[in-house]
Amino acid sequence: MVNNTTTVKPHRSNVTRRKIANRIMLTLCMLASVAAVTVLGLVLFFLISKGFSSINVKFFTQLPNHVDEKAGGMSQSIYGTLVLLGLASVIGLPLGILGGIYQLEAKGKFASAVRFFTDVLNGIPSIVIGIFVYAVWVAPIAKLHPGTGYSAFAGGFALGIMMIPTIMRTTEEILKLVPFSMREASLGLGATRWRTMWSVVLPSARGGVITGIMLALARIAGETAPLLFTILGNEFFVTHKVYGIKVPTLTAPIDALPLRIYNYATAVDPEQQRMAWAGAVVLITLILVLSIAARAATRGKVLEEK
Amino acid sequence: MTTTPINAPAASPASPKKLVFPKASFSILYGDRIYAAITFLASLSIFGIIVWLAVQLSQASGASIHKFGWSYITQSNWDETKDIYGILPYIFGTLYSSFLALLIAVPISIGSAVFLSELAPKWLRTPMTFLIELLAAIPSVVYGLWGIFVMLPWLKTHVMNPISHAHPHNKFALWLFDVFFSGNPYGPSMLAAGLILSIMVIPFITAVTRDILKAIPRSQREGSYALGATQWETISQVVFPYAKSGIVGAVMLGLGRALGETMAVTMLIGNQSPGTPTGISFSLFQPGYTMASALANKFTEAAQGINTSALAEIGLVLFFVTIVVNMAARLLVFYTAKDVAGGK
Repeated sequence: MVNNTTTVKPHRSNVTRRKIANRIMLTLCMLASVAAVTVLGLVLFFLISKGFSSINVKFFTQLPNHVDEKAGGMSQSIYGTLVLLGLASVIGLPLGILGGIYQLEAKGKFASAVRFFTDVLNGIPSIVIGIFVYAVWVAPIAKLHPGTGYSAFAGGFALGIMMIPTIMRTTEEILKLVPFSMREASLGLGATRWRTMWSVVLPSARGGVITGIMLALARIAGETAPLLFTILGNEFFVTHKVYGIKVPTLTAPIDALPLRIYNYATAVDPEQQRMAWAGAVVLITLILVLSIAARAATRGKVLEEK
Repeated sequence: MTTTPINAPAASPASPKKLVFPKASFSILYGDRIYAAITFLASLSIFGIIVWLAVQLSQASGASIHKFGWSYITQSNWDETKDIYGILPYIFGTLYSSFLALLIAVPISIGSAVFLSELAPKWLRTPMTFLIELLAAIPSVVYGLWGIFVMLPWLKTHVMNPISHAHPHNKFALWLFDVFFSGNPYGPSMLAAGLILSIMVIPFITAVTRDILKAIPRSQREGSYALGATQWETISQVVFPYAKSGIVGAVMLGLGRALGETMAVTMLIGNQSPGTPTGISFSLFQPGYTMASALANKFTEAAQGINTSALAEIGLVLFFVTIVVNMAARLLVFYTAKDVAGGK
């Protein structure tokens, strides 16, 4: 019976059915991407509507004030995040960029193994990096000098480790975009390989490399999990004087924006929760500015090269 | 660098035509070797870090490994007062929440990737891709914040309460309710954790899948169209089979993210054992733990010694699980991309 109908059925109805199936599935695909974008819209909408009103000058200049949260701010968290980003860059930038250069220049099994494990390291959860830095840095120091250990150094170290694979991959991708003929021309003129890299490849890929750095910074600026194990957080600026100049004390606990957001978001005080929203707006703004600027920079670059 | 002639004129005054080469400077003689060595060392840091991670975590969890052995991952008790540690419920929570996340995220991500690579008009592609990438840039803690104050109340009033107040009549529905919807709809739950995880992995799976779909040669699609296939038939019967292992790899990359995701999950999963004796419950409304959330949560009040060691072992387990998942995923993506490139 079934067989009969399918063979006898005029061709056209089959086509109609296929067309309908086509339409349905394509619509579903479109809806899926609309759903993904809608979620982004919802997150950003609530961030702005809930957090924007709590942002004022005090937010950027004051320390937390637990008597009257509205009068307080998160200046020490913003400052802490910037210090941590700086420390992370000290570790992440040289290793990441040099490693990326190696991946560009080297061929063979070992180079592809490096590439492969860079991706693997990228996939290791940040909390594992956090407990690792705790075990390798915070705990031993705490054993030597009880009461210390949690420090800006430890946090910067954890974030720096996370930065290395990201920067390596983006650096390699960007350097690959530099036409090979430019390198050949330089090598053909008798320049050494490092001179070619330093004077020809890197300058022409400068925008792209900076893009990679900014994307990596954007990624680690929001990391919270490793900081739970490394910086402890505090509500003051801890500084000391070197030759009469105030410098941040990097061996002391430091605060960070995402950590403070986490602490306030899980607090019961509604005022603190409002501050968490405000902090989230500032954090997101920092991250979006970094990533949008990064993208704008590359877009110009790629067009130029074409 | 001063360049002194290699052959001093005094040596051969009789033949002034002899060529005079400048002495190669240090940077020319040794620059490339130093350059190669430095970049090589920098790339070695990747292996260094991975090995260091493994060694240090094993060392830190040594006491716990020695004391509990395999019972650490087969026991359900986590008791600081008696110093007995077993993480079976956490492993379950990690797997279950990641499974829920993938259940929601995979269809949406593959759909979006297909839309972005095959269907969307050109002017829409770049902004849509950009928006989905922005979704990936939002930090975990912000998703957690949003989840606590926006998603949880909504879930509670519009999803959890209606379901738990429904009175199913037939047997199958009763069984379904018993397994998946038991417990009080307080808010923080497996369901919330799974949902927020799915939101967080969607951009990852979408981006990788889109790259794979883009790598498939046009000729394959054109062949299919020429045979009279519709667009969907081309996608499902030509493009998908071609990209199958790559898409599986993309999903596994998403899985790797979901397994290790900490902050948002910690904020939404409740960090409480569900009421069952084994600490394992399939109910979506029950709170739970994942490995990462347990680690983040219990760490602050952990005592030195075996307690910290047991916590470090969670990190070790998580490290090995994610490294295996990631390696498998990367290999799949790598070989698909290679096959696709070779097939051109």
